Amino acid sequence: MIDALNHLPRPRAGADQLAEAFSDLAPPLTARQAAVESARCLYCFDAPCVNACPSEIDIPSFIHRISDDNLQGAAERILSANILGGSCARVCPTEILCQQACVRNNAQECAPVLIGQLQRYAIDNAGFTQHPFQRSPATGKRIAVVGAGPAGLSCAHRLAMHGHEVVVFEAQEKPGGLNEYGIARYKLVDDYAQREVEFLLGIGGIEIRYAQRLGANLTLTELHQQYHAVFLGLGLNAVRQLGLPDEDAPGLLAATDYIRELRQADDLSRVPLADRCLVLGAGNTAIDMAVQMSRLGARDVNVVYRRGIAEMGATAHEQDIAKHDQVRLHTWARPDAVLLDDQGRVRGMRFARTQPVAGVLHDTGETFELAADAIFKAIGQRFDEASLSDPLAAQLARDGERIRVDAQLRTSLAGVYAGGDCTALGQDLTVQAVQHGKLAAEAIHAQLMLNVEAA
Amino acid sequence: MADLSIVFAGIKAPNPFWLASAPPTDKAYNVVRAFEAGWGGVVWKTLGEDPAAVNVSSRYSAHYGANRVVQGINNIELITDRSLEINLREITQVKKDWPDRALIVSLMVPCVEASWKFILPLVEATGADGIELNFGCPHGMPERGMGAAVGQVPEYVEQVTRWCKTYCSLPVIVKLTPNITDIRQSARAAHRGGADAVSLINTINSITSVDLDRMVAHPIVGDQSTHGGYCGSAVKPIALNMVAEIARDPQTRGLPICGIGGIGNWRDAAEFIALGSGAVQVCTAAMLHGFRIVEDMKDGLSRWMDQHGHSSLEAFRGLAVGHTTDWKYLDINYKSIAHIDQDACIGCGRCHIACEDTSHQAIASTVKPDGTHLYSVIEEECVGCNLCQITCPVENCIDMQAQDTGKPYLNWTQDPRNPYREAS
Repeated sequence: MIDALNHLPRPRAGADQLAEAFSDLAPPLTARQAAVESARCLYCFDAPCVNACPSEIDIPSFIHRISDDNLQGAAERILSANILGGSCARVCPTEILCQQACVRNNAQECAPVLIGQLQRYAIDNAGFTQHPFQRSPATGKRIAVVGAGPAGLSCAHRLAMHGHEVVVFEAQEKPGGLNEYGIARYKLVDDYAQREVEFLLGIGGIEIRYAQRLGANLTLTELHQQYHAVFLGLGLNAVRQLGLPDEDAPGLLAATDYIRELRQADDLSRVPLADRCLVLGAGNTAIDMAVQMSRLGARDVNVVYRRGIAEMGATAHEQDIAKHDQVRLHTWARPDAVLLDDQGRVRGMRFARTQPVAGVLHDTGETFELAADAIFKAIGQRFDEASLSDPLAAQLARDGERIRVDAQLRTSLAGVYAGGDCTALGQDLTVQAVQHGKLAAEAIHAQLMLNVEAA
Repeated sequence: MADLSIVFAGIKAPNPFWLASAPPTDKAYNVVRAFEAGWGGVVWKTLGEDPAAVNVSSRYSAHYGANRVVQGINNIELITDRSLEINLREITQVKKDWPDRALIVSLMVPCVEASWKFILPLVEATGADGIELNFGCPHGMPERGMGAAVGQVPEYVEQVTRWCKTYCSLPVIVKLTPNITDIRQSARAAHRGGADAVSLINTINSITSVDLDRMVAHPIVGDQSTHGGYCGSAVKPIALNMVAEIARDPQTRGLPICGIGGIGNWRDAAEFIALGSGAVQVCTAAMLHGFRIVEDMKDGLSRWMDQHGHSSLEAFRGLAVGHTTDWKYLDINYKSIAHIDQDACIGCGRCHIACEDTSHQAIASTVKPDGTHLYSVIEEECVGCNLCQITCPVENCIDMQAQDTGKPYLNWTQDPRNPYREAS
């Protein structure tokens, strides 16, 4: 477990009680619920929900198929656009995507159709006896995919479908990326992330090699030489720093590190409990961190954000979850100093109150302190510079720190494509990464086949 | 509250809501519960000669809409499977206990004068208010020369009606089968035979669905099925048309009509009455929801009548008949155009795709700056077909607005474009 927190106590509740607290946030629909809900879909034409879906799933069609008692057809409709449709159904912020756009999302129509839940229902109950997609005849082309997260896996699947051979290089011990290591436990329960990858690999033609880290034991130069094309789905693996003294003190760590451990823990009663918990940030990761600590039994969980509610990255739905779990939100407060006890461990944090002046954040001069057994940083992820340190990788054009790509996910280097959070294109969402992977695969396929025809 | 009482073909009832001859009126227990619930009358399930009919197990199947809403029920049940003696005894007692309610006895015996001559006095002796001749049952009985086998032959209808008028002093209501090509032929025959009224429609030949695993239609009896009689909400449009056809037929003008077919609420009933019905019969809705629905029907109908100044059913009965005509008399110069209320529009695009793919390409889809769509009518292309209004999920969002063309009434018989027009 995390060394920085080993001095903390463990949850008071038993394993069963904790398992219950971390069960499905949104339980699966029953057949009856799915029948009622699917019948509510108006089968819109040029549907706003589809336009709002980063992965362009034909939502009216798959819901219509659920209503028609054709669950396999529904699932195939979803998966043909988004091979990770099962996890997206669980982790997508539908409240700002498809369900936000649903024509029934207003007072007159009562409520949006529960698109995410229906998507999960279709995929969970499709009952495929074999992988639903067939591979095209082998092309003899080999493609390297770096990162077995949503972008890389989506890219690999689509490439394999087109008849290419794919080798995926993954730094961790398991595939799945953020689905495996970064999503709140109650949003993606049990071993679903692994089962989904297993399903995806069912198409064949994809080999995953683990403990392969770009910039450590792998270089873009080698991959570029050895494969017909390379796709980079690196994610954002570094954590932003507060820039305060004592930032490395025991008790202060990245929320993503704790969430990773929590997701991997077999026994939740053995993870460290920060009874008084401070989370810095205002995105969905901050909420995930705070709510999970609260569900472990923490008595005093606080999220502190330097700006106001309106600027928070977390959706209203996420904020509601936090409130339901008795998480307190503090706004307009900036971390000012890490407070340590006489053993050098975190005992709290001093904050400077802030206010916007013509859009720029200023200190008011007022400060306050909050006691804490642990402080979790959820102030954003950064690009891991070490991954692009070899001579070829260093040439990649960047937008800020992220890799620059065009609409076809091409980087500035011929034959090298990139997608997902490591690029600046679109939103930092699982569903967006899946779309990038899919589009990159189509672009790679088109390019490679063009060369074949020309030859 | 408006007065719902009626006198239909000489039969008095406190309200026009009668239960049709069917399982809900099979025996005293059900009928008493119906009267307790407030039904104005019942038509007792069809009596026949002894020995009584025998029914199979598995008798109904349904056609469903979204969310298992039953659009229609199909049944393969026969007439009463209880003895004539038990039924007559119960009818006598019920009528004695409920003198203010209409109690009609449905009958079906072979198309032989002696059979009718035998049963009619027995029925009259019960004190019942009238008889209804079941010439419509489409399954089981036609094979025995009864039910629809009689109803489909106007001469038989006329003959049996005449026997009934001869051997019985009660009002005779002839129930018509819709399984024919022109309902007016049967109604005219009943009228010629001296019928006091007609009631319609009986059930329509049907198969509701097929079990694709067992490859057998519903309802399944063992590993077989048969066609049955269809009723419920889905048949209402067919019934309304047949009622209107008879109501506006000069040969049967004034013949009382008891409307039957998919009546599930007060509005359905009011529509049948507007097309000339003097009473209505209900079955499927009661079978789906229980007898309690009659309270809502009575309440809704009285309130609507109050709001529209109708003090009795006669005040609005038949008011829609005069507006029902043959296609050739419709005004060719009438023009309406769809108008979309943009404030009510939810942007589903259904009107657009329906018009674009299957009609007149008269609804444009344009993307607004915020990415949502604006759907607007191209007036010069719109033919006023109503399809967009039908497909729109929001009531009153699309309004078909009559246009002032400045042209006079002109029907097809007068239209110069009609090569067969009648010379003026």
